[in-house]
Amino acid sequence: MTEIINTIWKRFSVKQSLERFFIKFILLLLFIWAAKSINIYWPFVADAPTQGVDLLKRMLPPNVVFVKLIIPSMIETINIATLSTIFAVILSFPLAVLNARNTTPHPLFQGFARIIIVTSRSVNELVWGLIFVVFFGPGAVAGIAALTMRSLGFMAKLVSESIEEIDKGQVEAIRATGANGSKVFLFGVLPQIMPIIIGTSIFRWDINIRQSSVIGIVGAGGIGILLTSSMNMFKWQNVSMILISIFVVVLAGEYVSATVRKKLI
Amino acid sequence: MVSSLVSKAWKKEHFIKNPLIRWIIIVLGVAYLIYALNDMNLNLARMRSGWPRAVDFFHRMFPPDYSRWSMIYKGVAESLQMAIIATTISILLAIPLSLGAAVNISVKFIYVICRAIIVAARSFPPILVAIIFVKAFGFGPFPGIITLAFTALGFMGKLLAEAIENIDMGQVEAIRATGANWFKVQLYGVAPQVLPRYVGLSIYLLDINLRASTIIGIVGAGGIGGALFNSFHRYEYDTALAILIVIIAVVLVMEFISSKVRSRLQ
Repeated sequence: MTEIINTIWKRFSVKQSLERFFIKFILLLLFIWAAKSINIYWPFVADAPTQGVDLLKRMLPPNVVFVKLIIPSMIETINIATLSTIFAVILSFPLAVLNARNTTPHPLFQGFARIIIVTSRSVNELVWGLIFVVFFGPGAVAGIAALTMRSLGFMAKLVSESIEEIDKGQVEAIRATGANGSKVFLFGVLPQIMPIIIGTSIFRWDINIRQSSVIGIVGAGGIGILLTSSMNMFKWQNVSMILISIFVVVLAGEYVSATVRKKLI
Repeated sequence: MVSSLVSKAWKKEHFIKNPLIRWIIIVLGVAYLIYALNDMNLNLARMRSGWPRAVDFFHRMFPPDYSRWSMIYKGVAESLQMAIIATTISILLAIPLSLGAAVNISVKFIYVICRAIIVAARSFPPILVAIIFVKAFGFGPFPGIITLAFTALGFMGKLLAEAIENIDMGQVEAIRATGANWFKVQLYGVAPQVLPRYVGLSIYLLDINLRASTIIGIVGAGGIGGALFNSFHRYEYDTALAILIVIIAVVLVMEFISSKVRSRLQ
């Protein structure tokens, strides 16, 4: 009896505590390895606050007149984002159908689709930008191609997951009417995934607005080109105006996407 | 009556039911497409020459050249180190930030400040933040770490604040009723409710930071991205492919670990 009273309540068993200690220990080791072996030039770090304030001073006040040059470039940026989203939606659709377990005609097609999806998703848009600038030369076309490639896998992955989660009853019902394969897809599958396709497209458009503002860094069109050239000329007040414009456009894009999605879904 | 019902063929309902709105959207969409494609100043001759260039590119890309393995290894290790340090910084800073940005915990004044920080950190893509920090602080992993920590802080702060806003306030009240001070209320009332989410988000953040850390080197902020960018500019596409393959492998492994851990937590 006294033994029970004297036992102090513990949340974890000995084995659990050991396990948790072990995980924490490994994480700590990882951090120590990272902190010790990273090649940081410390005088830069010590100098950072002064340098930061200095740059900020050179950026202020933003050059408002520069907006005249920013607007056409920003329109190009938004066009790149929109066009690449449209292309990605169209191209991702067959990929999603091939990749979904319940609609793929053959596992071989599924493997093929999966390779494209994984490659598309794991290569950054800037790298796609570098590649397409080699193909098409600098400019908006390379940017559209890069963002299309990047968005493709994202769209296909999410849409194919939604195809896998559809209600089979509706498909069965259409099939029971004697409809052929394409009609079953058109009337049994498509209506169920349509909201997901539209929702994901708008979400991706929102992401692409952000990305299209930076791909200009590798020459793939949009406001990024103006940004790098202003920086190379040390026009810091123009740079800060560009940054403010990007901020405004990104927030506006997020607002539009959130409103439209709320209305549709 | 009956015959008219029977003879009427069934038609699929349109996704947008109002025909007027439907047609307006279609017409506007087509008009936009025509305008946007025109506005792109497509140089068809240049685009057509893209195909032979692409073929040449792929010829030069294969087989991937791993001969500079030590450089690749160094770059990847640096990316990993940057990601680990930046993640540690941002998950620690995210705790006060998300408490301040949670409407049920914070006071109005602090709430507004914390939300403003989150919006600012979330709105700029990492690469853009990296450019500015590289210009301000010089090249190397240091501006890279600051970049990753800053952008990740916005992401983590937002999601963690949402998690805190969704907790059961009853438990918080119960702790408060024992006479615990503010700090203890957070520790015993709030923290246990969001801890699984916190750990899950931390792992996810490491995943995101690792992806970003392989790329911000393009603008000089440390990591493998710099080597990738250089090999592109020296037309050493076979080395570039080798680096890309390593990046993809590392990113996929991290994604696998992250999704395994997160599915175990749920």
